[in-house]
Amino acid sequence: MKDLEHGISGETLDRAAIGDALTVQQVHAPQTAPEWARWLEEIGFLVGESVMLMARGLPGGDPLVVRIGQSTFALRRAEAACVRVAAVDPANRGGSQA
Amino acid sequence: MNQAVLHFHPSGPLLALVGNPNCGKTALFNLLTGGRQKVANYAGVTIERKEGRLTTPAGRSLRVLDLPGAYSLYPRSPDERVTCDVLFGRAAGEKRPDLVVCVVDATNLRRNLRLALAVKRLGIPCVVALNMTDLAAKRGIKVTAEALSAELDMPVVSTVAIQRTGAAPLLELFDDEALWRSLARTTPAVGASAEGEAHNSGSDHIAVRRILQRLGLDEVVPHTTSDRIDRVVLHPVVGPLLLALVLFLVFQAVFAWAEAPMNLIDAATVHLSGAVGAILPDSWFRSLIVDGIIAGAGGVLVFLPQIVILFFFILVLEESGYLPRAAFLLDRLMGGVGLSGRSFIPLLSSFACAIPGIMAARAIANPRDRLVTIMIAPMMTCSARLPVYALLIGAFIPRREVWGGLELQGLVLLGLYIAGILGALAVALVLKYFTTVGRQVRPLMMELPSYHLPTVRNIAIGIWQRVVIFMRRVGTIILTLTILLWFLASFPAPPAGATGPAIEYSLAGMLGKALATLFQPIGFNWQISIALVPGLAAREVMVGALGTVYALSAAADSTAQALAPLIAHSWSLATALSLLAWYVFAPQCLATLAAVKRETGGWTMPIVMAGYLFALAYAASYLTYHAALALGAG
Repeated sequence: MKDLEHGISGETLDRAAIGDALTVQQVHAPQTAPEWARWLEEIGFLVGESVMLMARGLPGGDPLVVRIGQSTFALRRAEAACVRVAAVDPANRGGSQA
Repeated sequence: MNQAVLHFHPSGPLLALVGNPNCGKTALFNLLTGGRQKVANYAGVTIERKEGRLTTPAGRSLRVLDLPGAYSLYPRSPDERVTCDVLFGRAAGEKRPDLVVCVVDATNLRRNLRLALAVKRLGIPCVVALNMTDLAAKRGIKVTAEALSAELDMPVVSTVAIQRTGAAPLLELFDDEALWRSLARTTPAVGASAEGEAHNSGSDHIAVRRILQRLGLDEVVPHTTSDRIDRVVLHPVVGPLLLALVLFLVFQAVFAWAEAPMNLIDAATVHLSGAVGAILPDSWFRSLIVDGIIAGAGGVLVFLPQIVILFFFILVLEESGYLPRAAFLLDRLMGGVGLSGRSFIPLLSSFACAIPGIMAARAIANPRDRLVTIMIAPMMTCSARLPVYALLIGAFIPRREVWGGLELQGLVLLGLYIAGILGALAVALVLKYFTTVGRQVRPLMMELPSYHLPTVRNIAIGIWQRVVIFMRRVGTIILTLTILLWFLASFPAPPAGATGPAIEYSLAGMLGKALATLFQPIGFNWQISIALVPGLAAREVMVGALGTVYALSAAADSTAQALAPLIAHSWSLATALSLLAWYVFAPQCLATLAAVKRETGGWTMPIVMAGYLFALAYAASYLTYHAALALGAG
């Protein structure tokens, strides 16, 4: 999915660093797959929920392993790109690189 | 799903189990009903309708329905839709449950409670089973049924589905008459639509957060053990190597461990046919019993140990939580051929049997992916091929060790599995480029559940179910076809003064010789051609059929002989390899084609499937046979 389709500035989950403590800010589906927003919400990607990138697949960093709340999900990069995130505490950023 | 079958509604109130995938719902169902259910640890395996019966401490008999796991009442795949339809009382042929048990994973209340709140709004009497409380306690999550019950305004009981007495409090609750009459104390959502339901997911989330805050459970507890295992299992280099090693060990074990029990069954068959042959007078009846039934069924039964071992490993991998990780590791590979990692789970199930695999494809949300997965599933080497592979490998591949301890026979078996996988990937790749949607990005969104130690009970129940299914096949289809083949192979009797074996003059002999013209270019003789006829109905019948054909071909000795040395003596290596190649692809299973018809809703797909797989099989056998001849294996 092209990043242009999201049309919103701000960090998306697919670009997060591994191990950063983040929260979900907004879930925004691409026009080609509008149902993704609902699906992501159903599995727990709801505003304010804590989220963390755990690992990246190989090769090419796809798919991703994501901790959302208490659950772990495998997400495709395009799916993670639908989730806008913010750092819980900016002082922690990049502190626990794997 | 919506099958036009007659539904009986036996007496007794209906109880339905609802819960998120991986919440231990199926294990609880096993505990409540004492079995007849397969358990898994990845999203969406409980797709088949599963009903059981339980008896409460007061002696009341209840029907229990295990609904497919769902994250919410907004369905995104066909199996989740079944759950919604049953709960909303609009599933065809299903009674709306009288009581819903909402199974909640105590280690993941954050996500699980949202579903409980949605179920509560349905207006059906409802109770929450707070499951996996043992694990929650270990992780330091302090939650009591009483406190949760007060927060939810619903009855809540603690359960530990993996302990024998873990459901006792829940069973006692079923005797409470008031529970069955209670309605959720909020407004009943009569005629509520899935859409209306969906609007609440945001507010349910807020409600759940408030509940967790009040219970002091708002902290996200890290899963240290699972995460530590994942650092190895999902490692970019170590992970795939580990997966390859696991699959390799499974296939080596299937051959190595099964040897002793197989020899035992083999010896028992020979002993039995000798004993029966000695008792009965020489007649057509003795031939039917000894050559038809004992040689035919015994030849298939001997592969039971291998099937048990394969299922043991598949069930352990499922239960432990490793399978979704394997799907994650293979997602890129699957993406390359236009599928997602989600297709891996149905395809892996197909290694045991294509039918559960094809049914498991219901968990794939994308209709195109689902269809492609169904179409390639029969190329995964199912356990029904094992009898044929084992016979041919045992007869033609020398038993020896190569490259320091590796069994050559095991390697050949692995090669056959790989050939099926490559064939499936190639077909998927072709479909990727010939369908426009094939190149779109498709959703993965797959849960990676915490690792669990598999429980003996759930593994044992799973294996037992497979044994029963296999024995039933041996007892019904296989036995019937074997007897039918014996009849075809015995009548008409050879004319007086005939010199060749009797079978050459029989109906089967004539049919086989006619078919042999078709199969001659790929190296099959008339005995193989005859055995392929009943083998079209079910692959493993081929072994029994060959046993019968050769038992009847032997002019003097009418007792069942070991088949392997017989064919090793009379076939060329090229013929054996060609038959192996045929078996990698040929869709010789009526039950699979029937399952495809049911899942795709018409005859088009099963006909297309049978056509393309037979074409592939013929081409593969032709190439194999002629390559082998050229290399001097004639």
